[in-house]
Amino acid sequence: MTQAQLEKTANNPPHIEEPEERHWRDFFGFSTDHKVIGIQYLVTSFIFYCIGGVMADLVRTELRTPEVDFVSPEIYNSLFTLHATIMIFLWIVPAGAGFANYLIPLMIGARDMAFPRLNAVAFWMIPPAGILLIASLALGDAPDAGWTSYPPLSLVTGQVGQGIWIMSVLLLGTSSILGAINFLVTILKMRVPSMGVHQMPLFCWSMLATSALVLISTPVLAGALILLGFDLLAGTTFFNPTGGGDPVVYQHMFWFYSHPAVYIMILPFFGAISEILPVHARKPIFGYKAIAYSSLAISFLGLIVWAHHMFTSGVPGWLRMFFMITTMIIAVPTGIKIFGWLATIWGGKISLNSPMIFAMGFLGTFVIGGISGVMLAAVPFDIHVHDTYFVVAHLHYVLFGGSVLGIFAAIYHWFPKMTGRMMNEFWGKVHAVLTIVGLNMTFLPMHKLGLMGMNRRIAQYDPKFTSLNEICTYGSYILAISTLPFIINAVWSWWYGPKAGNNPWRGLTLEWMTTSPPEIENFEKLPVLATGPYDYGVREKEVDIQAVLNIEPGEPYPTIESGV
Amino acid sequence: MQSQIIDPAKTELNHHAATADAHHEEHPDLRLFGLVVFLIAEGMIFLGMFGAYLAFRATLPAWPPEGTPELELLLPGVNTINLIASSFVMHNADTAIKKNDAKGMQIWLTITALMGATFLVGQVYEYAHLEFGLTTNLFASSFYVLTGFHGLHVTIGVLAIVAVLWRSRVPGHYSNEKHFGIEAAEIYWHFVDVIWIILFGLLYLL
Repeated sequence: MTQAQLEKTANNPPHIEEPEERHWRDFFGFSTDHKVIGIQYLVTSFIFYCIGGVMADLVRTELRTPEVDFVSPEIYNSLFTLHATIMIFLWIVPAGAGFANYLIPLMIGARDMAFPRLNAVAFWMIPPAGILLIASLALGDAPDAGWTSYPPLSLVTGQVGQGIWIMSVLLLGTSSILGAINFLVTILKMRVPSMGVHQMPLFCWSMLATSALVLISTPVLAGALILLGFDLLAGTTFFNPTGGGDPVVYQHMFWFYSHPAVYIMILPFFGAISEILPVHARKPIFGYKAIAYSSLAISFLGLIVWAHHMFTSGVPGWLRMFFMITTMIIAVPTGIKIFGWLATIWGGKISLNSPMIFAMGFLGTFVIGGISGVMLAAVPFDIHVHDTYFVVAHLHYVLFGGSVLGIFAAIYHWFPKMTGRMMNEFWGKVHAVLTIVGLNMTFLPMHKLGLMGMNRRIAQYDPKFTSLNEICTYGSYILAISTLPFIINAVWSWWYGPKAGNNPWRGLTLEWMTTSPPEIENFEKLPVLATGPYDYGVREKEVDIQAVLNIEPGEPYPTIESGV
Repeated sequence: MQSQIIDPAKTELNHHAATADAHHEEHPDLRLFGLVVFLIAEGMIFLGMFGAYLAFRATLPAWPPEGTPELELLLPGVNTINLIASSFVMHNADTAIKKNDAKGMQIWLTITALMGATFLVGQVYEYAHLEFGLTTNLFASSFYVLTGFHGLHVTIGVLAIVAVLWRSRVPGHYSNEKHFGIEAAEIYWHFVDVIWIILFGLLYLL
């Protein structure tokens, strides 16, 4: 080859060949299309949600009676350990990554993520890590030191199970870091030229904040797990007091990740809610910049509050003061978001469809979880209820009432875009009602149980707690049943649901400006912004909105039935 | 909030109106930016471990714990100078390729790789002659895990440089316009170097 030819081939790297159309088999293989990867993430994480949910129901069944009469205490310990690990690392975190993968390039008008191959690699770390974790049950030595794996306890329980837990979480952490690199670079560098940061949809803002958190905090967990692995397998004593090590150092490193992890789990769905509410209330979002910047504020504050998990670990008093104050301050940016959302739906033309019901359920339950969080931030109260069911109630209100309801709201909202089909509204509402009733029935009595002094992580308890525990257990069965209408609805609608059209909700963000499901490289021609993402009903923008939605002046907005 | 000025010519065409026919346009090269973001994450692993080390150091009554043999400074000192120097050598390779001097680039990279390998040999030699083992005490464990983890990164760096050299066999593979591989290896190498300087200060000098 001549020099000129060489230069030409060098400057034009071979394009990743993609087929003209998607086939169902593509979803089971190594694909570099962000849309396929996004759906792979979502479906995989939902499978793990079901597995983790079965484990939760086994735990609750054990707790229906005060005696140990359903599973052995050893199995019980493994069950709650695996339940928590799966729900956090294999359900909520990957589900957030799934939406981010699917939506970010569409929302910013890019053809794919910045690093498509890296993206696929990040996804394909998750199934092996999950299988590894669950396989430990079959080995008869599942991890059973709780999802926090505090040493020295985690160093004296089963070595095989704990080793598997460390490996699995390290893999999942790596996957999440690689994903975050991709999101960050994509959001910062791949927007269509006409989109400044202040024209970005709020979901992108929240993923920007989430990715920054992942990048800074997750590696520290990896560091802690590497040291824990050495303690467990090589006989070092970093966290083992018998050899001069300090278990509290592990707690600092662990919570430096795991506190931000709650924001990694909730911020993407804050973003999703910010997308869903304006569309279904037909109003511009209230306080765009406030909501955008509050995500960044939550990220920053989230990094400096970790020791509030350690108020009873013997940390000095001045440290408790610092962490109490910073923790309480996080309520401010979160409150800004809540008020922004309430002002958004205030006086809006609300259509009470499934995504909106889930989103409003999110608002209600998340506020309860947030308020109990402020209570727990107060050192004296925290010491009183430490490691009781009050904490369990709080975290489930945040993670189930926040993240999981957010996930379902987002699924119902973007299902038409992902599949080109509408979901069934009736069964969606059944799902929403069962979930919201079930979740309150399961977790509300736990506040009372905690205040009465029932410890978490125990298989046996004082008989005076029996009646409240029965309510919790039956609530958890409702939650188990609630997934059935969803699964049937999702599968049935994917094949037979009514055609959705490109823009069934009449949204103004860019993902609605392409076909449903989007073509291989997202946009036939890259879009140019004509309106902001949330200009619903803004009089000056009327002409632009009509142009975007492709309707004549005076013509009524198209509806789902008439097809867009 | 959305105060963008709308060009009416565009709104008539609605969102699908595109700039030029931009199908299959070139993917912007974001690899260097991605690498820097990745190195932030890498740096945080080390930072977490340094934090743990400092916490052990601060909480234990004597540091290093009683009976820990004194660390020899000569060999690691020479090794440190060698590693710092290799960063400057590596930079010459970058300068060379920007002048389209492929030959010079290869020479400088080979020297860097050899210096990196020398560092690793020195580290293994030091390990072999230390009077404590991995599980002797907390200081010994920290020492081996931190330097070992860094050594792993040096190994990856050397392998990256060798990979670049292997690719540069093809004439014109790297040029003044296309030299991502060299730049990436160089940034990674500087990163490993900076981490070592902190590590050296913490373990040997402090």
